[in-house]
Amino acid sequence: MSTVIYAGRPVEVDAEGFLQQPEQWTEQMAGEIGRANDIDALTERHWQVINFMRKTYLGTGSAPSIRTLGKVSGVPIKELYQLFPKGPAKLAAKIAGIPKPRGCI
Amino acid sequence: MNHRIVILGAGTGGTLTANRLHRHYGDAAEIVVVDRDDRHVYLPGLLFVPFGLEEPERIVRSRRKQLHRAIGFRLAEVDRVETAGNAVRLADGSSIEYDVLVIATGASLLPEETEGLTGAGWGEKVFTFYTLEGATALRDALRSFDHGRLVVNTVDMPIKCPVAPLEFCFLADWYLRERGVRDEVQITYVTSLDGAFTKATCNRELSGLLVGKNIEVVTEFNTGQVDGEGCKLISFDEREVDFDLAVVVPLHGGAEFVSRSPGLGDDLNFVETDPHTLRSKVAPSVFAIGDAANLPTSKAGSAAHFQGETLTENVRRFLAGEELEASYDGHVNCFIESGFRKALLIDFNYEVEPVPGRYPMAHVGPLPLLKESRLNHLGKLAFQPLYWHVLLPGRDIPGIGAQMSTAGKQLTAMQQGDE
Repeated sequence: MSTVIYAGRPVEVDAEGFLQQPEQWTEQMAGEIGRANDIDALTERHWQVINFMRKTYLGTGSAPSIRTLGKVSGVPIKELYQLFPKGPAKLAAKIAGIPKPRGCI
Repeated sequence: MNHRIVILGAGTGGTLTANRLHRHYGDAAEIVVVDRDDRHVYLPGLLFVPFGLEEPERIVRSRRKQLHRAIGFRLAEVDRVETAGNAVRLADGSSIEYDVLVIATGASLLPEETEGLTGAGWGEKVFTFYTLEGATALRDALRSFDHGRLVVNTVDMPIKCPVAPLEFCFLADWYLRERGVRDEVQITYVTSLDGAFTKATCNRELSGLLVGKNIEVVTEFNTGQVDGEGCKLISFDEREVDFDLAVVVPLHGGAEFVSRSPGLGDDLNFVETDPHTLRSKVAPSVFAIGDAANLPTSKAGSAAHFQGETLTENVRRFLAGEELEASYDGHVNCFIESGFRKALLIDFNYEVEPVPGRYPMAHVGPLPLLKESRLNHLGKLAFQPLYWHVLLPGRDIPGIGAQMSTAGKQLTAMQQGDE
């Protein structure tokens, strides 16, 4: 656990840079976290996913899986991989300022 | 008044729970078990079928006959659980009321969730060994397979017995070598994870096994499509892996009735379950065991076995109006068949990863942990009779505790390189 500065404000993150307290997140931080992860600019489609992630997390206490994102967020899985390369569920969670999705075993 | 305990599913978890509860209550509780068929498959046996090491008919028995005579068994499809009314609604429109419900309906395969998987080539050059039919068909295909690319692919987690796809690779290496065609076949393991094993310590200790057997590993590959005509797996981020024979472990999900029972399950229909008490997070009189539960541990028969003790005790406590005990620790152990009549054994729980040591007795063993040995292989083979005659009847295996023990384990192996 450490504290870093995003968009001029201190936030608590874990070793991989996931925010630990979603309420510390601001919209300005999303762009900054995105750029640090090779996403130059967040488009409307990115925001659709980010907003869905936050809404789900704040409502249920856990982040949606990639399958749920593909079915319910309105963005198909293939496009999710284009928007958030490599691991869309993880990267979108990081940008949306919510803790790292629980790993599956 | 007698309690009525309804158990959905007569697989490993449901059967051992029914038998344990019957032994505790005798005539003081009515126990009803519901399943859609009367075929209980010894799932660990499926791994051996493709290589001719096990006969399909030898690993199937009647579900009903694994239950004590006094336990009711009903063949029916479940439509939904009405937690507010403490009732299970069946597909034929009838209902069964319960005082306690145990959901033990396991995990099902969802091959249709992956584009093309059940399309062209399914059953010809694309197989799964996670069903009896699939494993048998694969056996026939493997017999004449003597050159080309054999690709083993885990589509997504969680799956039943997460080490089984790797064991399949190890056994394929042995099988093809015995037939003298190993040099003509390229074996590739393609996984959605960032390492071959789900556990960091296993990746560190066991990656040498894969290298030694010349098994190539492709990681972080999320299969979006199986192209049976073009003979390739295509990931969501448009990478491709070519195959001549593909062995695919499809996405898993819980039982469909869970989706029709509001609030009960997660987005894959696994029952939202307290990891230590095994009670549903939304309904106080509902419990879940084994693969049906969304517990953060492996989906494996040994997990269901170790959960049996906690579950039985908590059903008793609930019916007696007592507080539940939070005693399940995530304990699982698995034999990992590595080919050439050797196997490994791993033992872990929610907190402690698999580490080297001895099992079940500290320092004495006789089984070594996280290390190849012939004894572990014999242990794996010896397990089937124990399954039918000790585990399913709900008895404890002497010397094997439900809670994981750290005695004699090299726990320092866990810290090395941990994030």
